[in-house]
Amino acid sequence: MWQNLQNLYKYRVLVQSLVSRELKARYRGSILGFFWSFFNPLLLLIVYTIVFSYILPNRALETQPYGLFLFIGLLPWTWFSSSLLEASNVIMSGGNLIKKIIFPAEVLPVVSVLSNMIHFLLGTPILVLFMIIYRVPFTWCALFFPLIVFIQLILTLGFSLLISSLSVHFRDLRDILANFLTLWFFCSPVIYPLTFAIQQDDQVIARIFQRVLYINPISYIMDGYHQTLFHGSLPDWRYLMIVLACSIAIFIIGYFVFDRLRDTFAEEV
Amino acid sequence: MNAIDVDNVSKLYKKFAHKRQFQTLKSAILKGNFFESVNPQEAFYALKNVNCAIPQGRMFGIIGSNGSGKSTLLKLIAGISKPTFGKITSQGKISALIELGAGFHPEISGRENIFINGIMLGLTRKSIADKFDEIVKFAELEDFIDQPVKTYSSGMFMRLGFAVAVNVNPDILLVDEVLAVGDEAFAHKCLDKINDFRKRNKTIVLVTHAMGMVKELCDSAMWLKKGEVMKIGDPRMVCGAYLMDVESKEETELQAEYQKLAVEMASEQQDTRIQQSRWGGGEIQITKVQLLDENDQEKYVYTTGDRMQVKMFIRIRKSIDDFVFGVGIFNTEGICCYGTNTYIEEFHPVECNGTGEVTFSIDRLNLIEGTYFLDVAAHRRDDYPYDYHRHLYTFKVRSQIKDVGIFRPAHRWEFSPNIKLRSTASS
Repeated sequence: MWQNLQNLYKYRVLVQSLVSRELKARYRGSILGFFWSFFNPLLLLIVYTIVFSYILPNRALETQPYGLFLFIGLLPWTWFSSSLLEASNVIMSGGNLIKKIIFPAEVLPVVSVLSNMIHFLLGTPILVLFMIIYRVPFTWCALFFPLIVFIQLILTLGFSLLISSLSVHFRDLRDILANFLTLWFFCSPVIYPLTFAIQQDDQVIARIFQRVLYINPISYIMDGYHQTLFHGSLPDWRYLMIVLACSIAIFIIGYFVFDRLRDTFAEEV
Repeated sequence: MNAIDVDNVSKLYKKFAHKRQFQTLKSAILKGNFFESVNPQEAFYALKNVNCAIPQGRMFGIIGSNGSGKSTLLKLIAGISKPTFGKITSQGKISALIELGAGFHPEISGRENIFINGIMLGLTRKSIADKFDEIVKFAELEDFIDQPVKTYSSGMFMRLGFAVAVNVNPDILLVDEVLAVGDEAFAHKCLDKINDFRKRNKTIVLVTHAMGMVKELCDSAMWLKKGEVMKIGDPRMVCGAYLMDVESKEETELQAEYQKLAVEMASEQQDTRIQQSRWGGGEIQITKVQLLDENDQEKYVYTTGDRMQVKMFIRIRKSIDDFVFGVGIFNTEGICCYGTNTYIEEFHPVECNGTGEVTFSIDRLNLIEGTYFLDVAAHRRDDYPYDYHRHLYTFKVRSQIKDVGIFRPAHRWEFSPNIKLRSTASS
């Protein structure tokens, strides 16, 4: 395990060049090219602002201005969900590499997580711009932002390793995952705050929802983003530490499973 | 010192049974055979107890028919997949030319692909930069290096892949049939590069179907058949043994075909192929055809110049006094190489009755290498057919000399003393 992590460090040049290839190739041929990395989140923000200001107005006080609140959550969620979706296909689409040349397979999911992270980071200037426009003040709590990004990175890497290796053998995973991620999205405080309680007469359902929300590691990461950037307050660092520990555990499990299945990739792909 | 040691290596591949193939995550979890599901019992040996040692600085050839495990062995040596049993040890950096340009990304330029491919193959950015011009020059892509790789022709693509792979400067080069692709000029360049590697005392493993290359270039060779080593050692000996095996396999196949034909000829119900290729009144029937060598043994794969006999088994319903027997030899293009019958050769029919045999002997089979079809016929002098078999029988001719044409007249070359040549022909 430790040996493998060292290997991963050894491949950093390869990872780095594959990430930059990924980013270059993604917008190759489009007129705006690299600017799409900025435009995409901007357009997303505009769409959501229109929807939640005029079509489905949200008047909850603690989430005003809602467009910005939403954006702070959506940006990291997109990183998380598209990394996982890509992971479910990454070994298969890199089949040529795994079958034809000597290639460390774990580089593939890592590259997809990192290139999605860079997209996420490229969206943050837009975020900053809108915080200035909406006159949301920056506080020193924003310094926690990199820590939360780091925790999310570990968590995403863990899930990606797990999903990418399992999906080689269980192709159904890809389709299940796409729907599961939608469900997961609505069970995470992305479009609502962590303190949100659903309006349900049935107390049992409300309680189940509450449980799911609190057991979900993504909840605290999303809440962390909201707290540090939107409210300018301290995130609950105890929960964050627990989530960090969980993330490391998931990473270790993911790497272990990946390592066990690694030798079968060349035959299955 | 050995560059590569293959020690009692076996490789198992799973055969997909239906239920395995559609195993899902759910069923794996329910059955609790999560990791076991990846190592099923239903498997076959792609390689079985393979042993070989390839000394440093030697060129080693691997031959064998399709599916004999050659490429699997190469992948194991390269470390792309792992042996199920046994161990492979190798000394030095390996570069595998299994599929050229496997790591290229179509959307980005040749220049960027060279860097990324080089890094995948274990080079540093700096050493690629140093070799960059050499790589581009070797691939002859100076004018296109900044174009996306998707715009390259397949030849350009392969040239670039080859150029990167050989400029990695490996200690061990694994080559899988890649020299068969690409145009003549590029093939020459590849061969030059390989010779250059040999001179610099690198180890090369070559998987190929080109026996000539193995005999010419390799220091030793190995013949794999169904994953097992049949012969290992001197390349001429190994190639010879392999070719003999191919011949005897063809021989058995053809023999089986003749036997099947004979059975069908005798029975009343004949399949459509025979119905379409056989006609006639049936007063005289050719019930079986055999090809025999000089010792009267059945033989269907001949070498140019061999003796061949065509033996027809005849059955006659009632006594006939007007009959002609004929044969014709056709090549695969349908050209009649030779045809004759008893009437043209002025045998006058008197009477025939009952069952018997007609043998047509060719003392020297002067045909060039290839596959031939045989027509046999019994008919009346006015061409009314009793039994005509068209293209039903096949035989093959092998030849050391790759001459061309329809047949080979007996011939020899003579030169005046001032024109000097040296012959290496074995016969």
